[in-house]
Amino acid sequence: MKTVEELYRVLSEKFGEEVLEFREEEVVVPWIVVRAEHIRDVAKYLRDEPGLRFDSLMCLSGVHYPKENTLGVTYHLFSTSEKHKLTLKVIMPEDDAHLPTVEQVWKTADWHEREAFDMFGIRFDGHPDHRRILCPDDWEGYPLRKDYEVQEIYRGMKVKY
Amino acid sequence: MMQPDPTINRKKPTYFKEHQEALYKSLEDKHATVEVDHSDPLATRMTLNMGPQHPATHGVLRVLMELDGEVITKCRLDTGYLHRGIEKMAENKTYQEFMPYTDRMDYISPYSNNVALCMAVEKIANVEVPDRAIYIRMICCELARVSSHLLWLGTMIMDAGALSFFLWTFREREKIYDIFDEVAGHRFTVSHSRIGGVNNDFTPVAEEKIRKFVRDFPDELKGWHKLLDRNRIFVDRNNGVGAIGHEDAVNIGLAGPSLRATGIAYDIRTFEPYMHYGKMDFMVPTRTEGDNLARYYCRMEEMAESIRIIEQCFDKMPRKGPIRVDDAKKSYPSKDEVYYSMEGLIHDFMMTDTGVCPPAGAESYHAIEAPKGELGFYIQSDGTGHPWRLKINSPSFSNLQGLETVLDGEMVADTVVVIGGMDPVMGDSDK
Repeated sequence: MKTVEELYRVLSEKFGEEVLEFREEEVVVPWIVVRAEHIRDVAKYLRDEPGLRFDSLMCLSGVHYPKENTLGVTYHLFSTSEKHKLTLKVIMPEDDAHLPTVEQVWKTADWHEREAFDMFGIRFDGHPDHRRILCPDDWEGYPLRKDYEVQEIYRGMKVKY
Repeated sequence: MMQPDPTINRKKPTYFKEHQEALYKSLEDKHATVEVDHSDPLATRMTLNMGPQHPATHGVLRVLMELDGEVITKCRLDTGYLHRGIEKMAENKTYQEFMPYTDRMDYISPYSNNVALCMAVEKIANVEVPDRAIYIRMICCELARVSSHLLWLGTMIMDAGALSFFLWTFREREKIYDIFDEVAGHRFTVSHSRIGGVNNDFTPVAEEKIRKFVRDFPDELKGWHKLLDRNRIFVDRNNGVGAIGHEDAVNIGLAGPSLRATGIAYDIRTFEPYMHYGKMDFMVPTRTEGDNLARYYCRMEEMAESIRIIEQCFDKMPRKGPIRVDDAKKSYPSKDEVYYSMEGLIHDFMMTDTGVCPPAGAESYHAIEAPKGELGFYIQSDGTGHPWRLKINSPSFSNLQGLETVLDGEMVADTVVVIGGMDPVMGDSDK
């Protein structure tokens, strides 16, 4: 059982300070920000390292921050053997939002990443089945972005009424 | 002898053949499409489409299977037919206004969804819930668990071929509906939980009804065990079907009873006790086989444990006390205050207009053990009464994702039973 501070110390020894950033604000749980291109290495290390063993990805959510023109992905990890939790975040620019997939690390990420792509338009490089999941394949736009405008006509049907 | 009249057209009727073909075509278009690979001389490879409108898919789930003879070699699920954009709706509502929408997610156990959302909001907004309200929530959550498992039991056995069982489980579910009717005023979509407590206290009639249910239900359960545990047809149909190992199950993120049937005793009620589950004495039923029969045993035993928890809740529950936090900034005032005092009316108006405002930047992921598994709400606040982002991690979504792996290598005839054993609810999965 490790606290987030201890986990951050372990991770920063392995990956260095430039990859990670520790955030502790007046929030319930602190989190670690990871640079987008390193997320898969960090994820794999977290899963395999004895003493860390984050074998379960509880939740993966996309978030839109229109004020900063960025999109984010939040990972909630849990270890069933060590019983500790960790929150990782990746922040990307809105016009070029892509990051490596963690589907090969945790298979849970498969559908969650597809959902994040469907709803926010975040691309996951290396995902084996990169399709929309909830909306139809030819849907336009990404519904959960804050500036989303629904399309007028979809296959001859009026969408907005 | 009379000669046939040459003026009458005696052409062979073609109507029947065409009609038949057209009928088959429409049938295939609507329910099941079979695509046969013609390069395969024995025609053992085909692609079979099941759903989205199929009675055994428990809603609008579409399953595409690649078959080699009778064995499924690959399987893809197509979800999203019931997508209503619940997360987008949440961003345009206050937290309390959004609560009734959660009823419509997993509509088999609405009470758990209400509690999951309220607890997540209470966590980021720092709201303390009174003791009696917590016990009321626990009792109702466990009733919701029993109700959910009853529906699973009825439909799963119906999928396996026995129809009458469905009626018996629904008779028991009807009693739970009556209880919720008395407790919350609704039978199906209860919307009873409030941020900071619950809407109203148990009436004496409601309490009596729950006690009666708790008294009678274990006997009923025992009878079902007698009927099913050694039932040759039922056991043969489920034993070894849809099996998955524990490492795969964790990796793919199976949730709830499906995960515990593989041997991992992961139950949030004991791993990170929320509410007063830490004070309760109950077991987490597990099996190691990971097949459909193991899932059956896990769920059946869970129902018995739920009854035990309800009994203990009644023993430990304070007889009297507030059922909602008495803080106008965090929870609705009681209706008495609203009707008879000016301040109460203003507070009620402010709560409806602005709502609970967690601090800006606060965020948390809070999960509870819903009947079908881990139900988590990830909420990000921007300091207003509306969530900036509300992500729902629903157990059916996780379980359906696992279904793709579980179905690989199974017989095509077992698809229906495996889906029944996984217990997905499409409203939950498609959000």
